[in-house]
Amino acid sequence: MANRVAIVGIGQTTHSGRRPYVNDGELIYDAATKALEDAGLTINDMEAVMAGNMDFFEGHHLNDAMLNLYSGAAGRPGFKMNTGGTVGTMTAIQGWYHIASGLYDLVLVIGWEKHDEGLVTPAISTITDPAVDRHFLVGAIGGLATVSVAYMQRSGCKLEHAAMVRANSSQAAHRNPNAHMREIYSVEDVMNARMVMYPLNLLMCCPTSLGATAMVLASESKAKKICKKPVWMKDHVTVHVEYGGAQFGIGEKRWTSHMEAGARLFKRNHITKPMVETQVFEMYDPFAFAIPMWLEDFLVCEPNEGWKHVEKGDLKLEGSYPVSPSGGVLCTNSIGDSAILRVAEAALQVRGDGGEHQVTREVKQALASGFGGSYWSDLLLLSKTMD
Amino acid sequence: MAGRVGIVAASSTKFEAAKPYDHLMDLVVEVTDKVVEAAGINLKDDVEAVVSCSQDFWDGRTISSMPIPDAVCSHLKDESKVAGDGAYAVLYGAMHILSGDNKLILVVSHTEESITDGTMIENWSIDHIYHRWLGLDYTMGAAMQARRYMDKYKVTPEQFAKVVVKNKGNALKNKLAQEAMELTVDQVLKSKMLADPITALQKKPVSDGACAMILASEEVAKKLTPNPVWITGVGNYYEHHNLGDRDLAECDALIKSAKRAYKMAGIKNPAKDLDLVELSEYYAPQELLWSEGLGLCGRGEGGKLIDSGKTQLKGEIPVNPSGGLLSGVPINVAGMARVAEAVWQLQGKAGDHQIQGAKRAVAHGCDGLAGQMHCVLVLEKGGK
Repeated sequence: MANRVAIVGIGQTTHSGRRPYVNDGELIYDAATKALEDAGLTINDMEAVMAGNMDFFEGHHLNDAMLNLYSGAAGRPGFKMNTGGTVGTMTAIQGWYHIASGLYDLVLVIGWEKHDEGLVTPAISTITDPAVDRHFLVGAIGGLATVSVAYMQRSGCKLEHAAMVRANSSQAAHRNPNAHMREIYSVEDVMNARMVMYPLNLLMCCPTSLGATAMVLASESKAKKICKKPVWMKDHVTVHVEYGGAQFGIGEKRWTSHMEAGARLFKRNHITKPMVETQVFEMYDPFAFAIPMWLEDFLVCEPNEGWKHVEKGDLKLEGSYPVSPSGGVLCTNSIGDSAILRVAEAALQVRGDGGEHQVTREVKQALASGFGGSYWSDLLLLSKTMD
Repeated sequence: MAGRVGIVAASSTKFEAAKPYDHLMDLVVEVTDKVVEAAGINLKDDVEAVVSCSQDFWDGRTISSMPIPDAVCSHLKDESKVAGDGAYAVLYGAMHILSGDNKLILVVSHTEESITDGTMIENWSIDHIYHRWLGLDYTMGAAMQARRYMDKYKVTPEQFAKVVVKNKGNALKNKLAQEAMELTVDQVLKSKMLADPITALQKKPVSDGACAMILASEEVAKKLTPNPVWITGVGNYYEHHNLGDRDLAECDALIKSAKRAYKMAGIKNPAKDLDLVELSEYYAPQELLWSEGLGLCGRGEGGKLIDSGKTQLKGEIPVNPSGGLLSGVPINVAGMARVAEAVWQLQGKAGDHQIQGAKRAVAHGCDGLAGQMHCVLVLEKGGK
């Protein structure tokens, strides 16, 4: 039986598009310091420190080791995971394994990215095989535009629904002081944005941001001693699929990584009504169709119902099932940090510390997801109570 | 440790200076097929999760694990990539088992150093504000380390050269090794000078290859094989990054890693309690320094240790009986290959370089400028 693991400290930098006078190490230091302050601990209490991001974006090899004076990993145990977009959730899961294995009691996990120091799309384009298809795929948008069209055809979702999603996100991000794009957009504003690749226009795509998020994780005995409001990392699922066209789950027999992740997580935790038994979902939503489509894919709502929830306003901050009340990846996307930020924001909601963007519904359990690679999926279940 | 993690089987490609006709995934498929056969399991049904190990920069590909699920048939399974040395992947795999999340997992690492310019990648790992622009690479870092080591502890270039003679000589008996040769100290010292005192023969050659292993819980491991190898101690620490922030003649992170691992495994006198050591000497002087860090001799006595002959294949505590990294093993695969060699020794499957009656071994992985991160694993056979 695994040792239980709780989030006992949360910290994040403000997020923005450009900060030329701040370097990546300083971002890490800022987030780590805030998480430690939140936990009421110092770096000397940390038994291990793990920092994860995607190496190519800033062009630094072994940057976990390079920046270990900033993260506090110097002289401490730790190593780096890198699974692409899911690296943030993976680093949180890595922290979970450090404690659940019984090897450590208190660890610091950090995710960061500084996209103003590199070009995102050229870096992402190298995910494809150099010998086979690197010349075809440009960045992430090709695949995501394709699945969006397929979703529209399949479910009856319209372009306007994606615009509604983005308008909602902007309302949420406006209330989140740490979000990057905090401007409020109306549905009409979103509809009028420049088309990038049909059906995704500029506002329906996530921005490129910079920022860092850190969390202090503790074992059960430690958490109960040092923390008044621990958030329990109740369960986590990682699902990866092979790379190629098929993983996008287009066609009649759809069974995507998100579906597998949802099915596995809900079965293991005896959750039959996800929209009742969990009260908020911080989703890795890199494009506007993600929220309705993946709410279905994670088996949180019924097939073809996602966009209807959007239409009814259920997914807003004040709605019956808020999704990404922080503004989500649609408003803040510093990739190595994006997924761990979902976990941190979900944990803040469970603690009731969401501030201006705290959802109105009482939160007992929350979902957080990570997305990356070739349609890879991480899904975490956070809870106010241990059982 | 809370429970025991068993290594059921390990596999490796032959290491070569270049494998131009093999895609990286060909290597992964090769070692996966081999290890699955050796463990007597079914890849699709029995493997619950995969921990892979590679580096984006070495593969020239962001998310270098992109093709892994395809190569290891892990459709809709848990696959996660360690971006560091292979020894860490074994450690992370062990954590999967210890947490109770998985009962049987595949750990796999790959790198083809020949497809890229390693010097450039090493330079990209150095802090981008102060030191990268000096053009530093690992060879220069190792040279400064060796110089400081020589200065503080009076270790000599001849003693460094003896490491090369021993390791490349041991490699003559290892079928997987890339560079095996009979050498003299003089030949090593007279090979091309790279960065004083490191000569060409004192540097790990460019190498291509892959390595894999199957890890299982105690119960499952015992069912699968009569001779599982147990991971009984682990420890890993980072050094500071800036060379000026550490004394290069010391290796604090390794000392701490070893202490932690030995405490878990109940090892009090490593030189006596261990039957062999497989360590990561990217450069010859590092074998002496790491031997000190692992407690095989006292501080500053690495030179005397190689002189004594104790670390020879037939010595009291053989170090790198396989030939070590100097015989040619790719970076990232390096640490996992050390674990694999130790596993074969403990299973009695090492072949011509078998240490008779080996019961307890240490495998060590490291990476970074002048060995910035260290991971130590204690491996044992038998026991309750």
